[in-house]
Amino acid sequence: MSSDWPHGLYQLLKDQGVRQVSVVPDAGHAELIRLCEADSGMALVRLTTEEEGVALAMGAWLGGERSVLLTQSSGVGNCVNMLAMLTVSQTPLAMLVTMRGDWGEFNPWQVPMGRATQPVLEEIGVLVSRADHEDDVVQLAEGVLRIAYNTLRPAALLIGQRLLGAKTFKD
Amino acid sequence: MPGGERDPGAGGLHRRQVVKALLADRGELLVVAGLGAPAWDATEAGDHPLTLPLWGGMGGAAMIGLGLGIAQPARRVLVITGDGEMLMGLGSLATIGARRTRNLSIVVLDNERYGETGMQATHTALGVDLAAVAQACGFAAGRVITTMDEVERLRRDVHIGEGPLLAQIKVSTAKLPLVLPPRDATHLKNRFREALLGAQAHF
Repeated sequence: MSSDWPHGLYQLLKDQGVRQVSVVPDAGHAELIRLCEADSGMALVRLTTEEEGVALAMGAWLGGERSVLLTQSSGVGNCVNMLAMLTVSQTPLAMLVTMRGDWGEFNPWQVPMGRATQPVLEEIGVLVSRADHEDDVVQLAEGVLRIAYNTLRPAALLIGQRLLGAKTFKD
Repeated sequence: MPGGERDPGAGGLHRRQVVKALLADRGELLVVAGLGAPAWDATEAGDHPLTLPLWGGMGGAAMIGLGLGIAQPARRVLVITGDGEMLMGLGSLATIGARRTRNLSIVVLDNERYGETGMQATHTALGVDLAAVAQACGFAAGRVITTMDEVERLRRDVHIGEGPLLAQIKVSTAKLPLVLPPRDATHLKNRFREALLGAQAHF
């Protein structure tokens, strides 16, 4: 069911045994955040900045738990040096990144980081997949989670803005 | 002095004695040591598989402690870090305070200097009070420590007190010999997981 990918992502996190979900909110993740928050089997960790979620994942893994970071693409820029800690230590993290600054963007200030998101992640050693169609989101996310936890590295799914709908600033 | 900064100088506690006292009879304590001098201090007290000394990730030590504390609610977690490292992760005090993580203690060895880069003053030399920040963020306790008696009390609180706790310990700027931990991050991570999780660490 194409319109229910947030619920599909939530079920995926459950199936993959994810216990710590860290988040700086984005409108694109609102439903997934609500589902994770309501789940007593998950710790939803509200961050002040996204790099905290990267360090959290290091601690979670040391303690035997899997962690996922929910972030907007602008937050990727806040994570870069902390991500080096995961790549150098072969520590897994799955990042679910909702895009700003691509398809149909209204706000010019979002565009530079939107353009830089994928190359920056790849340069620091994060494997990147990208979903531009609703029907692909959950399956691609499953691939990202599996490769992160099974091959011990950070991996990210970028969820494109055409799929999410560009913010219009009209209401 | 430029900018009105203070110098704890020889008046502060000996950081190696502080860390040695805090890690005495550590039992099942899980330890994260922030990059630079706190990692050397923890190593001199005794390299240990359940200590993760950091060589990077500046600003992340407290959050590593939070992830560990959430994953291991029955264990006690101690983050030992420096004032510069803690200042870089100041927002994490809000994140930890908001979660009220009871098994987490953060000890800031505060020499009011960036020790690895030429002893430049940090914000704490200019009056920023990290213990008060922690209190304002909802920590169960935030205190400034200036005596070894208080360090001994702190050691007990780390093991049995209610967290989250932040202790800002004023330490000397005296230069000390480097005592380096292993620096292969994958080794450090794997030995920690093996010691904590046993065979399960590899699945």
